[in-house]
Amino acid sequence: MPSDFPQFEFRMPKMPKLPKLPKLKGRPLLFLGLGLLLLIVLAGSFYTIKPDEMGVILRFGRFARTTEPGLHFKLPWIETLTKVPVQRQLKAEFGFRTVNPDVRTRYAAPPEAAAEAVMLTGDLNVVVVEWIIQYKIKDPYKWLFKFRDNAKAFRDINEAVVRRVVGDNSVDEVITVGRARLALEAQQEIQHLSDLYELGLDVSQLIFQDVNPPDPVKPSFNDVNESLQEKERKINEAWAEYNNEIPKAQGEAEQAIRSAEGYATERVNNALGDANRFTAIYREYAKAPEVTRKRLYLETLNDVLSKISRKVITDDSLKNLLPLLNLTGEEVKK
Amino acid sequence: MKFPIKTVLIIAAAFILLTILIDGVYVVSETNQVVITQFGEPKGDAVTKPGLHVKVPFIQKTNYFEKRWLAWDGDPNQIPTKDKKYIWVDTYCRWRIADPLVFFQRVQDEWGAHSRLDDVVDGETRNAIAKFDLLEIVRSSNREFELSDESALLDFSEVTAKVELGREKIAAIILEAASKITPQFGVELKDVRIKRVNYVDEVQRKVFDRMIAERQRIASKYRSEGDGKSAEVRGQKERELKRIQSEAYRKAQEIKGKADAEATRIYAQAYSVDPEFYQFLKTLETYRTTLAKETWLLLGTGSEFLKYLKSSR
Repeated sequence: MPSDFPQFEFRMPKMPKLPKLPKLKGRPLLFLGLGLLLLIVLAGSFYTIKPDEMGVILRFGRFARTTEPGLHFKLPWIETLTKVPVQRQLKAEFGFRTVNPDVRTRYAAPPEAAAEAVMLTGDLNVVVVEWIIQYKIKDPYKWLFKFRDNAKAFRDINEAVVRRVVGDNSVDEVITVGRARLALEAQQEIQHLSDLYELGLDVSQLIFQDVNPPDPVKPSFNDVNESLQEKERKINEAWAEYNNEIPKAQGEAEQAIRSAEGYATERVNNALGDANRFTAIYREYAKAPEVTRKRLYLETLNDVLSKISRKVITDDSLKNLLPLLNLTGEEVKK
Repeated sequence: MKFPIKTVLIIAAAFILLTILIDGVYVVSETNQVVITQFGEPKGDAVTKPGLHVKVPFIQKTNYFEKRWLAWDGDPNQIPTKDKKYIWVDTYCRWRIADPLVFFQRVQDEWGAHSRLDDVVDGETRNAIAKFDLLEIVRSSNREFELSDESALLDFSEVTAKVELGREKIAAIILEAASKITPQFGVELKDVRIKRVNYVDEVQRKVFDRMIAERQRIASKYRSEGDGKSAEVRGQKERELKRIQSEAYRKAQEIKGKADAEATRIYAQAYSVDPEFYQFLKTLETYRTTLAKETWLLLGTGSEFLKYLKSSR
């Protein structure tokens, strides 16, 4: 017995312990477990849809319904949820990538993006076109279930359409005059193809960003602009000269005319003066012509002769005086 | 001792039954279609309807295939056009698994399909491109270009006149040709498009040279226009100057002439009363002004002035 005792004792605690544990705690543990499970299931069954999203519910893989923003319930496991951002404005960039959208957004053009932008124009030239397209998911059902690689497909559509449109225009149209028309044309065709492929997209706007000739050709395009400036400058300079000289010439012409008018007035007045003087003298002369005549003659001689310093008086009978007269003598003496 | 065995058996049986049941049903999603195979042999038509379906558990296997439209983007191919211009052509197409059974048998999966599409679409693209001039591939209509001041200088007759089909129709030709082949491996093509067309580097350099030459022509036109126009303005200026100056001269001369005439009339009127007296006065005046201090004056004693020098009578 003493040898059995420890053995018995060893068994005794083991026997009641095994059935006791499940008997005492089994039921609460089960309830606890089930409760927890239920809670997890329920928690997984409620879901919220954000204001810019729409929920798409599949029941055993089949489309069941769409749900609007808010709190909703779905059957656990049987129904699966996919959220689609229908209200969000989505954007795709071609020819460049936004690296860091900020107040000063940084852009980059990795090789694969640069390749998107190079295209042929209708006059078989090359042009580099960068553009962005803004779109929304219009139909979540189509977006999810009609086309698998939507994003890739949409990019392919963009590239094909913009290239087709640019391919039907000259390089000048693409770069300058036709930009807006081309953007609209491309936008409409992209929408058309998106509908055809059932992408469920709604294109909001296509905007051409930089549209440039390729780098090696750029300087010559710039040269055209420069030459245009030069042309304008030359013409402006010529007009400046015109505007500078013509008013001056007009002023000078005016001056010449005024001066001629001055001359005219002076001439007429002088004439009148002379005439009046003559008439006045004549009036007195007519009263005693002989005397007056003599007086005038002698007075004049008096004045004239008194001024002249070299006078030679010769008798009328004296001939050939002149050859002997030393006319230059005085000058020699000087 | 009996209880545990029984419960274990029950649990095991339930588990087996459950797995059988679970394997007996399968879900087809909106995006999938399923081909059922029995020991590798396809059974019945493909299941395309989304929802819960049943099959024989374990014996039958599900093979899922994509139901949606799929993208295929070809590698750029260097192809010579009919007018011997070497270009890179990059196409894309939209395709789907139209007949999953045939698809499964011929190409197994999407990778296989891609490789077949590479062969078919690239091949047909090659065929089509080689049959047309570059212009047909780039343009899609005959539309005349809208001319700006700059482009008005360039000659577009080469690139506007001869487009017969254009890019879209060539793409349609590729689609039609490829669509005849793809059903052989259960694929339906929706659309083939030419995505990118680019010059081979060597050709591109020549094109750049031509573009530069074109722009240089425009630039030199602008420069000579500037010279011409400014010369025209200068000419206009010269003409205007001459006009203004000559008009002023004419007017001045007219005014002076009129005044001279008037003066002449006044003199004539006054002096004609006694022309002889006028002559006398004027002569005296002339003596005063012409005879200066240095003048030599030779006076004969017979002159009027000196007659009293000889006698008082």
